[in-house]
Amino acid sequence: MSAIEHIPEFGSRVDNGLLRFLTCGSVDDGKSTLIGRLLYDTKAILADTLHAIEKTSARRGMEAVDLSLLTDGLQAEREQGITIDVAYRYFSTGRRKYIIADAPGHEQYTRNMVTAASTANLAIILIDARKGVLTQTRRHSYLAHLVGIPHLLVAVNKMDLVGYDRTVFERIRLEYLAFARQLGIKDVRFIPLSALNGDMLVDRGENLGWYKGPTLIDILESAPAAHSESDERFRFPVQYVCRPQKADDPLLHDYRGFMGRVESGEIAVGDEIVVLPSERRSRIKDIQIGGRTLPRAVAEQSVTLLLEDEIDISRGDMIVRANDKKLCPGAPASGTVSTRTALATRRIDAMLCWLGESPLDARRKYLIRQTTRDARALLDGISYRLDINSLQQVAAEGIGMNDIARVAFKLAQPLVVDRYVENRATGAFIVIDESTNNTVGAGMIL
Amino acid sequence: MNAPVLEPALRHTTLDHLDWLESEAIYILREVAGQCSNPALLFSGGKDSIVLLRLAEKAFRPGRFPFPLLHIDTGHNYSEVIDFRDARACELNERLIVRSVESSMARGTVRLKSADESRNKHQSVTLLEAIEEFGFDACIGGARRDEEKARAKERIFSFRDEFGGWDPKNQRPELWNLFNARVHKGENIRAFPISNWTELDVWQYIAREGLALPSIYFAHVRPVIRKGGLLQPVTELTPARDGDVVEQLRVRFRTVGDITCTAPVESDADTVHKIIAETATSTITERGATRLDDHASEAAMEQRKKEGYF
Ligand SMILES: Nc1nc2c(ncn2[C@@H]2O[C@H](COP(=O)(O)OP(=O)(O)OP(=O)(O)O)[C@@H](O)[C@H]2O)c(=O)[nH]1
Ligand SMILES: [Mg+2]
Repeated sequence: MSAIEHIPEFGSRVDNGLLRFLTCGSVDDGKSTLIGRLLYDTKAILADTLHAIEKTSARRGMEAVDLSLLTDGLQAEREQGITIDVAYRYFSTGRRKYIIADAPGHEQYTRNMVTAASTANLAIILIDARKGVLTQTRRHSYLAHLVGIPHLLVAVNKMDLVGYDRTVFERIRLEYLAFARQLGIKDVRFIPLSALNGDMLVDRGENLGWYKGPTLIDILESAPAAHSESDERFRFPVQYVCRPQKADDPLLHDYRGFMGRVESGEIAVGDEIVVLPSERRSRIKDIQIGGRTLPRAVAEQSVTLLLEDEIDISRGDMIVRANDKKLCPGAPASGTVSTRTALATRRIDAMLCWLGESPLDARRKYLIRQTTRDARALLDGISYRLDINSLQQVAAEGIGMNDIARVAFKLAQPLVVDRYVENRATGAFIVIDESTNNTVGAGMIL
Repeated sequence: MNAPVLEPALRHTTLDHLDWLESEAIYILREVAGQCSNPALLFSGGKDSIVLLRLAEKAFRPGRFPFPLLHIDTGHNYSEVIDFRDARACELNERLIVRSVESSMARGTVRLKSADESRNKHQSVTLLEAIEEFGFDACIGGARRDEEKARAKERIFSFRDEFGGWDPKNQRPELWNLFNARVHKGENIRAFPISNWTELDVWQYIAREGLALPSIYFAHVRPVIRKGGLLQPVTELTPARDGDVVEQLRVRFRTVGDITCTAPVESDADTVHKIIAETATSTITERGATRLDDHASEAAMEQRKKEGYF
């Protein structure tokens, strides 16, 4: 036996990578309790934290420890017994590391659920076994699907309150499947649970003998970490330009480093690149990080690129690979690029989630931020609003808080975009209201 | 069977994770630089801010940092930490601004209820005064979400109003990695590049990068008193009172802060690798083991943050 096996937490050779997941679903379905119980049963709650929530539970007159207190950390949340904003928790097993986001169920706080969903690669959608699929279940499922979470796990919770009845689980499963099929959701799994009693989270318990599938933790431990879409085309939005301009240092005198993160694909020294939207070309002279030179840079790596030629590049420009960019012969100059490649455009067509308290005002200009670039934007039409219950596209005059709609925006400055389904980093944008500077919308380019 | 003691640190699995965390933090630092006109980086000489400085080097060298370092000094810090702070700033050749709670006291903007009241929470006043003095539109801090339940709720780019206040019930949505640092004059962003790091990640990064730390992070013998399950260091500021039993124990600090509210833990760990091994198996959280101020009330941190604290 190798010595490595003696170290339970960090010695394991199996590494399934980081999994970021969120819990979502309707109000009071047991999302926070589920996370608390999962951490409790995996022994990830440290003694002093447990002691603190025991004390709080007792002070609030509860018989047992309320494990939802683990994530419901704000005073206002504890007073009301609800989740208001996302809580992040970190834990690791021998198999992998997790970042958990506990999202609120209340419709009023949908914007916080979207915040949690935007960085997750798996969603646990809770359903109260007594209540079945509710409007908010549909909304959260749709949002999870829309932001591109590839794996949905439907947890039918509170099975203890329906006598652990298999038929209840089956009925909800069929109901949800019908809904998921309409949306085109492919990867969806189901599990019956009691978060309160800990049935089927880490231990199988004794009450759900008819369920033969894996426990919650087993599903999480083996879930694929990556997004289904992983674009291989090189995308490098420039964040910051480094010009040390040290007159006395000949090495740094002409130094111009373009700093940013590789959002997709990879690049090597010598590769030919194109800067968008200017379409100027050059070659990669050097790739650096922290004073070290790298032969290549891959997706998710923050690096500094140096180019062979002195060309004008600033924050907001995007560097792509020359041979990734397929020019369409004969196309007009403004739209010269095929749909498979980043496109500099002054009009975007998108699915928009409106997060602002006041409705989208068609007369006002908003700021759209996409990658590291900003552009003034004006609504250029609403194709439809989505009715979350019927999934019908309905005609809409305006867009209010929590609405999901297909819209178009006209832009004062060009943005370099990909379709969101092909590239999350270059296909996503936020809408900022300049009067408050608040983030009021989240968009996914079609 | 005689299994060799393994250092659970530098395995390729966690290395990948550290690379990811590092890259995210660099991205965040560069967003602050790209979006804000006058940011500052809060540097206390503590381990989290020491990590921030290394990340800033990775993000901006060979250039200078696009922000000064700022320390809000309560005047109740261990001299080892203050010396380290000054030496590190000097070594990096970056500008260090120090503003002290004592000056705020002299001005009358900080009033202690009693001479021995902890100055920790009063740092907020001095911080807000420094923000106003220099017109900072963003402050970069080394807070982590795994530290405390209110921090677990905070955005990476956290908006503060004109009073420096945090409104946890009304935070800006924060989607993907599209951070919104826009503020009006007088308002402020607090940016937390290592939000997603755990205490263990920090130690593993310190090991990987070979970062130097103030000596009090490592096991040393120190006079302490046992109080309410914590160890209270016996210092000039916190002398033993009648009836206190002073013990000479081998201890280290898991976090260094104001002397009056930071407790060391018993430990023999005198190397980073031993600290990593201890951290991996610790049964008590960093704050739970060390912070005298958070024991006061359930929502102590949230309350302080609403008042402008980091
Ligand atoms: N009987 C039973 N009660 C449960 C179960 N899971 C959660 N609860 C209870 O349901 C109530 C709501 O639980 P929470 O975990 O706060 O629900 P939530 O989904 O996080 O609520 P929001 O975040 O506010 O939407 C609490 O009283 C829980 O104790 C379960 O499996 N069985
Ligand atoms: Mg909840």
